[in-house]
Amino acid sequence: MSGSNPLELYNKMLKEARAEIESKENRARVLVGTATCGVSAGALKIKEDFNREIKEKSLDVDVIEVGCMGHCYAEPLAVIAKPGYPPVCYGYLDDGLVHRLVEDFLDGDDPSYEYALAALERNDVFPTFEDFPRGVYEKKLILEKCGYIDARDIKGYIARDGYSAMAKALTGEPHQVLEEVKAANLRGRGGAGFPAGIKWEACMNGGAEEKYVICNADEGDPGAFMDRSILESDPHLVIEGMILCAYAIGAQKGYLYIRAEYPRAVGHVQEAIDQARAKGLLGNSILGSEFDFDLEIFQGSGAFVCGEATALVNSMEGKMGMPESRPPRLASQGFRGKPTILNNVKTFAYVPFIINRGADWFKGIGTEESPGTAVFSLVGKVTNTGLVEVPMGTTLRQLIYDVGDGLPNDKEFKAVQIGGPSGGCLPESALDVPIDFDSLHDAGAIMGSGGLVVMDEDDCMAAVARYFLEFTQHESCGKCTFCRLGTKHMLDILNDITRGEGDAETLGLLKELAEDVRDGSLCNLGKTAPNPVLTTLEYFYEEYKAHLEEGRCPALVCRDLILYYIEPPKCSKLCNVCVGSCPTEAIFTRDDGLKEIDQEKCVKCDNCLKACPPEYNAIVKLSPPVLPPEKEKKAK
Amino acid sequence: MNEHVKITIDDREVKARPGQKLLWAALENDIFIPHLCAIEAEKRPNASCRLCFVEIEGVPNPVTSCTKTVEDGMVVKTRSSRVDRLVKTAFELLLSDHDLKCRECPANRNCALQTIAKERGLKLRQKRFTPVARNYETDDSPEEFAFNRSRCVLCGQCVWADRRENKIGVIGFAKRGINRVVTTFQDLPLAESICKECTVCVDVCPVGALYYKEPEE
Repeated sequence: MSGSNPLELYNKMLKEARAEIESKENRARVLVGTATCGVSAGALKIKEDFNREIKEKSLDVDVIEVGCMGHCYAEPLAVIAKPGYPPVCYGYLDDGLVHRLVEDFLDGDDPSYEYALAALERNDVFPTFEDFPRGVYEKKLILEKCGYIDARDIKGYIARDGYSAMAKALTGEPHQVLEEVKAANLRGRGGAGFPAGIKWEACMNGGAEEKYVICNADEGDPGAFMDRSILESDPHLVIEGMILCAYAIGAQKGYLYIRAEYPRAVGHVQEAIDQARAKGLLGNSILGSEFDFDLEIFQGSGAFVCGEATALVNSMEGKMGMPESRPPRLASQGFRGKPTILNNVKTFAYVPFIINRGADWFKGIGTEESPGTAVFSLVGKVTNTGLVEVPMGTTLRQLIYDVGDGLPNDKEFKAVQIGGPSGGCLPESALDVPIDFDSLHDAGAIMGSGGLVVMDEDDCMAAVARYFLEFTQHESCGKCTFCRLGTKHMLDILNDITRGEGDAETLGLLKELAEDVRDGSLCNLGKTAPNPVLTTLEYFYEEYKAHLEEGRCPALVCRDLILYYIEPPKCSKLCNVCVGSCPTEAIFTRDDGLKEIDQEKCVKCDNCLKACPPEYNAIVKLSPPVLPPEKEKKAK
Repeated sequence: MNEHVKITIDDREVKARPGQKLLWAALENDIFIPHLCAIEAEKRPNASCRLCFVEIEGVPNPVTSCTKTVEDGMVVKTRSSRVDRLVKTAFELLLSDHDLKCRECPANRNCALQTIAKERGLKLRQKRFTPVARNYETDDSPEEFAFNRSRCVLCGQCVWADRRENKIGVIGFAKRGINRVVTTFQDLPLAESICKECTVCVDVCPVGALYYKEPEE
């Protein structure tokens, strides 16, 4: 078979796709961000609004669903691309704004820049995303096309040189792909950072004829949504990466393990697989070559532990999703006992770039030991929440203060939680730690799969640790002693601490147990579950101590250690808002007209504090829960 | 291939079969390593009880001996401060979820937990962890034996004997996390399940959770 065949076929496909996409791009278009995050913010209604307004005005405009643009804080979002104007991104959309944009911009000629977030192309009128601090630090590779192409149309991907890496690889030898990935030192983006090339090589040498490639999209960390966004917004990128991996190691079959809670991702990936198969990019003799490879989706049922390699394989084989001892590693004995490559969504997504642009280019981004970019879902107490991609080596401070634009409401930074329930909470002093696999590990956190939660002065670190432990304890499969019982006892101790119960030995015991669970557990869920506890104990020990020694929660979070109090000098006698807001009728009007809380009835729901008009701000939380002396005198 | 490999355990040179797991090599040579879940015939070690930790020279952290294949020249210590600490915690964690009314237990004096406690100088009545509250009922539906879940340490010996050795498949693990139990399909009492009362499971239970009933007067 001639070696140039795949390239010829591909170039024909590329030409066709480009022609079609370009003809579409010559018309005015509205791109509505409808990844799961956008949809939950109301993007589907916005799409309907656009369609209705456009129809009413009989305009010739396409309204297209695209994926996630990464600017979650401003959802719902849309980009309007009208010939003659730079494409402009608008956020915080509602029906009124849609009406105005259609009338003034699509029908008229005023781009309404006052409502725009940024332009997408350099121009003389309006700044682009790159002109904002976030743009300076961000470097989009695997998120580059997310939110700007129609995920459900393969031509959009092909027109942007999609599948060119595959076509290029198919004209060469499989070992060239492997060598390029190895030379690029691509490290697994699932969290541990194991070099993908070394894993692939072991699998290639695994001996068996039959091999498997599995994409781990069982993203389960609370607050993490990178993998979902990529699969929803640019599924072909991941598919192309998987094909390249399969070609390198000689696999014929691959699976995408996607959790069933991601129906949109499952739908988009399935459509993408079908379209790729129809175009001869998947299936038998791909692009006319002798290489056969096909993909299938396996829907996980949402057990956190199934993100662990051996548990994932067990669940695919129809067994209970529980981890096994290793070795043997998956690369030698994985799915159905055959050599198997399991990589994260993002790991596969980098591969087409590495094949197209080369290992040296890839190593030019990021740090020497952790080349490439890092993708984070930036959430919590940060102004610009969203999906961000920065080069490895960017510091946490840059990520939070420049990319995320700092903390809202003038609150003080307290901690940043990286790596989800397996990660750690780092304090202010660690903000200059560069983001890469090794530096984060040394600081006590992990890269994880990329969840990053910012916390401010109103967050209690003991309560945060308790929250994560509750999660891991709930998700423990129960197989091994340390995780099954260790996390249970750790959670019990943390529950006691947040109630102020415990003595001088409590914190020592918690630390001891946490270390043993870390060192003794069977799988990585158990080994990493203590991280939130160990890091908060290390960096916020005084806060824990305050709970136990003074019965005080410094952040005023732990319900058993606070009480609500109406400060008499600040209370307006004329206002009744707090009384109405209280669900348990704990607030009453005294004879002198001031309001007071009956502590016996109060359930500490926080309603009154939120309801009290800001001009009075009369309600405060006190910890330890002791009434001020003048109040107590009266109560007697 | 050599017929056997030589390894050193606690300064004693012992022979082991190639491919053998360290735990069994030690036990064959009368070197005690605590263990509950290990089954030599099982291809992939269960590795769930987390009691058989040892230190191996050149390996940075303690490892479970049931998962480690012997290698020629391997130097092993069954005791060290780190091993002892892990074993103590794992053991105490198990005991925090184990009915400690030993005097009422038919396995008293013949209990794997008591053996471990004795060999390693550990206390059965641990003080660090509050016992896990359970309200399991004993299943005494079978004629000859009974199952007291609150004594069960989830080692899996019974499941293995039932399923792989006797090919019955009456009992198995169910539920997750702290609620994990050994039970029948649909959680039925044993007498109502497909159990034939062959009692292989009773014979392998190391802690008296499955036990023979006293002959009735």
